[in-house]
Amino acid sequence: MSEHGTSIGFYVMIFLILLVLTGVTVSAAFINLGPLNPILALGIATTKALLVVLFFMHVKGASEKLVKLVVLSAVFFLLILLGLTLSDYATRLWS
Amino acid sequence: MAMPNGPQGERENYLNKEYGVGSWLLTTDHKRIALLYLMSITFFFFIGGFFALLIRLELLTPAGDLVQADTYNKLFTMHGMVMVFFFLIPSIPAVLGNFLVPMMIGAKDLAFPRINLLSWYLYIIGGVMMLHCMLTGGVDTGWTFYTPYSTAFTNTKIVEAGLAIFVAGFSSILTGLNFVVTIHRMRAPGMTWSRLPLFIWAHYATSIIQLLGTPVVAITIVLVAAERTLHLGIFDPKLGGDPLLFQHLFWFYSHPAVYIMILPSMGIVSEIIACFSRKRIFGYNFVALSSIAIAVFGFLVWAHHLFVAGISIYAAFVFSLLSYAVAVPSAVKTFNWTATLYKGSIRYDAPMLYAFGFIGLFMMGGLTGLFLSALGIDVHVTDTYFVVAHFHYIMVGGAVMGYLGGMHFWWPKISGRLYPEGWARLAALIVFIGFHLTFFPQFVLGYLGMPRRYYDYSHMPEFQVLNVLSTAGATILGVGYLLPMIYFLWSMRYGKPAPDNPWNAAGLEWKSASPPPTFNFDVEPVVTWEAYNYEELDAPHPQEAPVVR
Repeated sequence: MSEHGTSIGFYVMIFLILLVLTGVTVSAAFINLGPLNPILALGIATTKALLVVLFFMHVKGASEKLVKLVVLSAVFFLLILLGLTLSDYATRLWS
Repeated sequence: MAMPNGPQGERENYLNKEYGVGSWLLTTDHKRIALLYLMSITFFFFIGGFFALLIRLELLTPAGDLVQADTYNKLFTMHGMVMVFFFLIPSIPAVLGNFLVPMMIGAKDLAFPRINLLSWYLYIIGGVMMLHCMLTGGVDTGWTFYTPYSTAFTNTKIVEAGLAIFVAGFSSILTGLNFVVTIHRMRAPGMTWSRLPLFIWAHYATSIIQLLGTPVVAITIVLVAAERTLHLGIFDPKLGGDPLLFQHLFWFYSHPAVYIMILPSMGIVSEIIACFSRKRIFGYNFVALSSIAIAVFGFLVWAHHLFVAGISIYAAFVFSLLSYAVAVPSAVKTFNWTATLYKGSIRYDAPMLYAFGFIGLFMMGGLTGLFLSALGIDVHVTDTYFVVAHFHYIMVGGAVMGYLGGMHFWWPKISGRLYPEGWARLAALIVFIGFHLTFFPQFVLGYLGMPRRYYDYSHMPEFQVLNVLSTAGATILGVGYLLPMIYFLWSMRYGKPAPDNPWNAAGLEWKSASPPPTFNFDVEPVVTWEAYNYEELDAPHPQEAPVVR
């Protein structure tokens, strides 16, 4: 892990970025972007999740491959959840 | 839990090292925490059993004459919630897994002993919340919380029950986390992955499911509570939500949860079959990897619970095919256990009787699962007693048989006492017969069209005979479950002291004392042998070779 990564100031900065992004999510909810609404909201949420995983959970600086494998497998399982669920939504007869 | 008959100067072990309530409530010893779990889950097992008894008594006659319809709804809901979340899921991992995982890999304790204790406290907090919920009105949605009934209609204690399950879920996550880290990090020198007992492989696979699946159900329950209290439109169509989204999210965890229940049982059966046929398990690598395969495939099949709910027929087709895939690793296990028996030197002690019972019942439960994976048949039997019978064959016939088999197998190690073998064999037989008598008629009932969750079937009086058989079976099953509890308790005071290895079994846990010392081994073990080296164990030592006259 890089040196500045362990300082308290760095974590405070990440925390502030997360707060700002939360603010952006709330503000964006008041603007109607049509089909872009969920894309923007999910984009911000994914960025926030990444920040938490990489810095607060120390995955970015982890030297061990096992840690990365664990994170990747969790993401993989999330993709299964989303992918197979969407397989229903994409092909359902909505009429 | 002291050992009052112990002779003076008895060897120090985890039971007699310290006495007093505090030494138990603040312990970080995985073996003591296992016993705390044992007492807690047994308590909930009998509460869940009591609800089952009332359900069966109501169904004894076609008319709804024992309880009201609303009460009946609450009875099967609370039966399901208590049995699934407070008995079956923690049963083997939190009791036998907690006790044995460190011992089997040659470790002093789990990787995070305090987190282990925390998991028990979370379980207890969740359990107390659930008890409070039951005593102040209960829930009537079925254990599945289906929306929109749970979010928009029922006035029962959804949020409280959901929170109880949420808290208990974290206890399950922490147990899984502890096992994964322990199995990776704390194996004794020489205990390679290919030498791990299959019990450990099964618990490793179970832990993966606990870690990856449980957060999903926890969040789903939070979403139900959010929709119910804040009227967010997530599942309710009136608010722009989709009720099937709930079913997707719920079953993403709750189907693999069945494997949380059955995989550890399969691990136990592998240990017992090897020991009581005195052979290395046939196809060790395949049995080990089939546990992982079940854990992975188990995550790909959930929407077979939604076949008639209105999901896309194309998705249903895919999920039907994927559901068949789970049968492959399950069959690998069953065939390999059977192949292990071939030319084995088989002994019919109580644990083995339970293991045989497991194989038979699991096979019937598993094969009827294939019926339900088939789209056409599933449409016919959805929400009938056929489904109820199927999952009870897996979750009670399979999981509980394995649990009882494991309790008998390791009871001498856990308590340092021998249980009465004759009574134990009788109990195994009673459980097997009682189980079939309870649940086999339900297959027939379901196939004939009796829906589940009905308290009154007076328009179908011809179903009474099968229901009476089922209720009679439940009574026998109840006796079968009470017996082990009685003689285990009896043996703690009056049972003969157990030798360190009463079964002459392979495995590191048997190289420790019975009961084990607090840190399991006096000297750190070094493993130089393969798993299940029964041929080696049973080979006559040169100095013991029979003298030829």
